[in-house]
Amino acid sequence: MEQGPAGGPAAAAGAAAAAAAAGTGGLLLALSESEQQRYSELFSRCCPPPEAAAGGSSVGELFRASQLPPDTLHQITEVCGAKRVGYFGPAQFYIALKLIAAAQSGFPVRIESIKNELPLPQFMPLKNDSEVRYGTPAELHGVKFQVPHATLEKNSYKRADEGDKQEPKSPPMSPICSPPASPSTYQRISLSYGYGKSRSGLEQQHGGRIKIGICTLRVNLDVSSALLAPACGWCQCPSLQSLSAEREQQDSSAHYSDDPWRITEEQRDYYINQFRSLQPDLNSFISGSVAKNFFTKSKLPIPELSHIWELSDVDCDGALTLPEFCAAFHLVVARKNGYQLPETLPETLLPEYLQAASLKPMRDCALFDSYSESLPGGQQTWDFSRTEKTSTEEVPENSAVLQDGKKDDKQGIEINNFFFFPILTAQESNALKARPRSRSYSSTSIEDAMKKGEEPPTPPPRPQKSHSRASSLDLNKIFQQNTQAVRSGWLPPPPPALPPRPSASQTEQPSEVELHPQMNRPPSQAEENSSAKKEVVLSQPPSKPARRKLRTETQGLETPELSPTINVTSSLPAVKPHLPVQKQSSKQKRAIQTAIRKNKEANAVLARLNSELQQQLKEVHKERIALETQLEQLRPVTVL
Amino acid sequence: VLVSVVCSPPQNYPLYIRSVPTENQLKFHYTVHTSLDVVDEKISAMGKALVDQRELYLGLLYPTEDYKVYGYVTNSKVKFVMVVDSSNTALRDNEIRSMFRKLHNSYTDIMCNPFYNPGDRIHSRAFDNMVNSMMMQVC
Repeated sequence: MEQGPAGGPAAAAGAAAAAAAAGTGGLLLALSESEQQRYSELFSRCCPPPEAAAGGSSVGELFRASQLPPDTLHQITEVCGAKRVGYFGPAQFYIALKLIAAAQSGFPVRIESIKNELPLPQFMPLKNDSEVRYGTPAELHGVKFQVPHATLEKNSYKRADEGDKQEPKSPPMSPICSPPASPSTYQRISLSYGYGKSRSGLEQQHGGRIKIGICTLRVNLDVSSALLAPACGWCQCPSLQSLSAEREQQDSSAHYSDDPWRITEEQRDYYINQFRSLQPDLNSFISGSVAKNFFTKSKLPIPELSHIWELSDVDCDGALTLPEFCAAFHLVVARKNGYQLPETLPETLLPEYLQAASLKPMRDCALFDSYSESLPGGQQTWDFSRTEKTSTEEVPENSAVLQDGKKDDKQGIEINNFFFFPILTAQESNALKARPRSRSYSSTSIEDAMKKGEEPPTPPPRPQKSHSRASSLDLNKIFQQNTQAVRSGWLPPPPPALPPRPSASQTEQPSEVELHPQMNRPPSQAEENSSAKKEVVLSQPPSKPARRKLRTETQGLETPELSPTINVTSSLPAVKPHLPVQKQSSKQKRAIQTAIRKNKEANAVLARLNSELQQQLKEVHKERIALETQLEQLRPVTVL
Repeated sequence: VLVSVVCSPPQNYPLYIRSVPTENQLKFHYTVHTSLDVVDEKISAMGKALVDQRELYLGLLYPTEDYKVYGYVTNSKVKFVMVVDSSNTALRDNEIRSMFRKLHNSYTDIMCNPFYNPGDRIHSRAFDNMVNSMMMQVC
């Protein structure tokens, strides 16, 4: 399947090729005319003209098309120096092509063998049957794995994407392809190609992205928006293109593309939600048995789950903290999507890394939790945020940020569909319930991503619609508008502008503690209605008894109840509606809401107490066992 | 140099056996099994010893013609037995102790894994890696 060499570029590049080849570390490659033409054409195919180095993905694709076994390709890459220099420059590329030709002719992969006259390397173009090949996300992942090379320039991807972003034409370029190798073998080869694994955490791939699912759809579209020379026959990996297109277009958190072990923001949010469904306090652990039940639902075999646990429980304490849980969940998801489990935990899944990466969102999560759960543990979450290695001054920032990107969580939820993870359906309802809260998390995580200097594809709606730090006046207006009638109506609309506001009001405490204590009332009450006990209502700063008296009796009832549970003093939602008029009709409602709230808080307290007692019980058990052992030893010797 | 590692719970069946090199493994099985008796003896003979690491380490169980056997028992009566070639005189007591300590630590790590049921055979890759590295060190 030799394609006719492109005349123009070939000639121009031919000279460059020869020069480059000559410049390769002192090795003089004599390239015949046809070789020069062919190589330069291939090179231009692999890397768009302005780029000096070939994109690793297309190179990898090309190499694989040569039908050589993966370790041969490895060798070739090493010998040609691409590994050493980290990219496929023209010199490396040409040498590699030569080596491929040598290998295909049966010569060993050595520099010496390419000094001979060799036929041109043969490449089997891969067919564009994206549906066939990339029908399953698993295969898609396999494709992604191939992307691997030593260092993939993001630039090369970007450029590719510019090409890709051409309208998704139906495959006119449908290259002249022979039927591809069976998808499974293809995947196997790409997986075994091994680069991805060998460089797992450090590689700039991001295969594990949720966009995978989207990619499968887009693959068809992008199929032949070939990266490069349109006239050429063999196609770049369409999925790669689509992936890179995906990546560029979505281009959310990761610096790197196609790293299956890097957690995206949506994934992180989803994991956090799941964590919360198991353990409301983000600061503490999920015990081993709870986690076991949870992960067993994923229907992975026990040995694999055991291995996943080993990988993710870094401190080996039998419990999963939030980053450990995210790592474990991510590994489970990856495994379900067909990735092989690594032997060691990839760098991007280390708890320190995850914590650092998610500091802001986690902190905000912590904050939010402290607000929303009205637990005595609110203090803990504050400590948590402090210990999260970030300064607490971030807190006000984050509260501001909390309002952002409420839609992101929705995205996160939608994206769940792409994971064929059984837990999803079960837990999705939980996630949905937690939506109001989690929205703020996704927002912060998006913020975090922004701060990392990446461009989110669709920036979440910025806070303007909910004045996070805005003066109380706005909130006043809003609450005045929505006091009574809307209160009950706050439940249904998931990402409405309104519910977050109360949470915003709650989270803005640091800045607005002194303001409008009353504002908290109705929104907090409404939230009590809306979210199961998670809504804060730490609305009443305990230090404002005076204001309480201003309110109606129902409020007066509520405040004393609330204040004892409010430990997070400084962070209390300060914005209180100015509602001057407390409608009598809602008094009863409020009373009921108060009672509900009280009970929920009591529940939370008791649950916490329970867990603490359990811990103590465990410790006592251990002591007992130790003592019994001692006793055993102290018993009189039995003669054998 | 021959090292064999076995740990076995109170019921005295092996949870994990590894030896380097791999021939004669059966012989080491047998040796280890017989040494379990000695371990039991030592345990019951402990008298008023406190349960601390020193006592956990049982020391040289008995020297045979070719190799030495060392034992170690944990709080929960899980026994670790190591068989070392006699010709390997470079191994000192402290090294053996540290090896047992590492084994014990790895074992507790395995225990922390909720997917591991006590009494199962140990398939943990981390444990394998640790044992391998240890044995490579010795050999």
